[in-house]
Amino acid sequence: MSSFSVDEVARLAGLARIALTPGEVERLAGELGVIAEAVAKVSEVATPDVPATSHPIPLTNVMREDVVVPTLDRDEVLASAPAYEGGKFLVPQILGEE
Amino acid sequence: MNELLTKSALELADLLAAGEITSVELTQACLDRIHALNPRINAFLFIDDDGALATARDIDARRATGETLPRLAGIPIAIKDNMVSRGKPTTCASKILQGWLPPYDATVVAKLNAAGMPIIGKTNMDEFAMGSSTEHSAFGPTLNPWDTERIPGGSGGGSAAAVGAFMVPLALGSDTGGSIRQPGAVTGTVGVKPTYGAVSRYGLIAMASSLDQIGPVSRTVADAAALQEVIGGYDPLDSTSLGEPVPAFEQIVAEAAGRPLEGVKVGVVKQLQGEGYQQGVLSSFNNAVEVLKGLGAEVVEVSCPSFEYALGAYYLIMPAEVSSNLARFDGMRYGIRVEPTEGPVTAETVMAATRGAGFGDEVKRRIILGTFVLSAGFYDAYYGSAQKVRTLVQRDFTAAFEQCDVLVSPTAPTTAFTFGDKIDDPMAMYLNDVATIPANLAGVPALSLPSGLAREDGLPVGFQILAPAHGDATMYRIAGALEAGLGEPIANTCPAATWEETL
Repeated sequence: MSSFSVDEVARLAGLARIALTPGEVERLAGELGVIAEAVAKVSEVATPDVPATSHPIPLTNVMREDVVVPTLDRDEVLASAPAYEGGKFLVPQILGEE
Repeated sequence: MNELLTKSALELADLLAAGEITSVELTQACLDRIHALNPRINAFLFIDDDGALATARDIDARRATGETLPRLAGIPIAIKDNMVSRGKPTTCASKILQGWLPPYDATVVAKLNAAGMPIIGKTNMDEFAMGSSTEHSAFGPTLNPWDTERIPGGSGGGSAAAVGAFMVPLALGSDTGGSIRQPGAVTGTVGVKPTYGAVSRYGLIAMASSLDQIGPVSRTVADAAALQEVIGGYDPLDSTSLGEPVPAFEQIVAEAAGRPLEGVKVGVVKQLQGEGYQQGVLSSFNNAVEVLKGLGAEVVEVSCPSFEYALGAYYLIMPAEVSSNLARFDGMRYGIRVEPTEGPVTAETVMAATRGAGFGDEVKRRIILGTFVLSAGFYDAYYGSAQKVRTLVQRDFTAAFEQCDVLVSPTAPTTAFTFGDKIDDPMAMYLNDVATIPANLAGVPALSLPSGLAREDGLPVGFQILAPAHGDATMYRIAGALEAGLGEPIANTCPAATWEETL
């Protein structure tokens, strides 16, 4: 895919939960097309025999004893939240009306 | 300018240890210069007079009692605004985090505190570390101390400009695709990206987790080496932290300076020069290669054919990780919250309105690109292919390091470009990272030090040294020898040295 339609950008913005103006959607459609075309070159060398690498340095899982350690201060965390009540984050309603 | 500010961190550490100066005196000198010059170059987003002076007073008092203090105790440092510090503003240069006070310290901040280093403030950057010029900061760009019409590099332009303009001797940056090294190159300073995992990422606000790495910003290689000793080492709070002891980097650099490099094999990467590289950058680079030869190093050309695909792979992997990592900025737990002006007010519409208002253009572009490359039907063609290129890049490095101890290249293809030059052309901006990205994809350590000034514009040129993974000590040794071989550090000739603080 080397070009993005306005509808496609609007759909992606919806998935990413970003409200965009119509002007932003239009501009991004053009820019993303150019970028996607430029980076599509990777498929030239990504042949089936090449394994994928997700992480630069080989690692093994790290285990530790399940012990109580100091945690964040609840009131300090909430003090920097947009809204809170009764020791909890206060959020808008989760479901719409319809 | 107070002459203390032109000294290296290690010279200052010696003066502090000898009792010839106090940390309060030094810290106040930094603060005075920052307050005077910040309106001019916008390197700092937050200046912490009280916090820095409190640490300085504490160190001076402890030193007066005869206590043995860590090597860099009392030396002020600036940190990039994407590392959290408890109770101090941390915004990632984004409107979405305006007003947030982190409830904890990043591991690097805890280490700086334990080392007795006054943290003097938070430095400007491209929003969420996305950019190569600081033009994507929500709070205005930082100006390059060599020429204020030009960009200071990015994303860590604030840290590089602060050190280059003698506001502070040391800073921390973070490097995902070159964000420490490219600003170092264009401001005539030293910038280091350690081996992935050598410095804890706990408390570094994540951009692309498999690529991000914190590292030193300084005016000399030895200062960077000493700082990496402070911030490096295993951290149980970072699951990707390496469990290796931290080498005595400062001593390694001290021993390398002035010594020959006989038996050392240096590989010049064929793919990281030529077309697209400015003439003055290439001549400065070639001159530094001659200096290495003069020191006795054997120089060969090596080919890393997959590097041609590294930029493409990076601009798929990085946005994919960005789109996941930045999902946490949803207006629920921290930062700003914006309600939609029409329609229902639900968690979903509030998230969208908050992110639409809080994120800048480049952040939106990368999140949406990342959402696309991870979406059903395109995942294999884009993200899957990019991860395969990552394997090929690693194989090229492995083959090259079988022949050579280190690889070298120009850090960036050009000197500092002027503001606005690339802001409307994302691909042109991304191409500035072409030489720095391979190291992040492979996790290997890489350092940029100034090799001189470009003939055509008189601006600094960066020289990049790459070493095998876990080979930070080798990287510092070669850098130390080269720096000494090049003569007087060009950081000292930055025009900001003559800026008066009474402007």
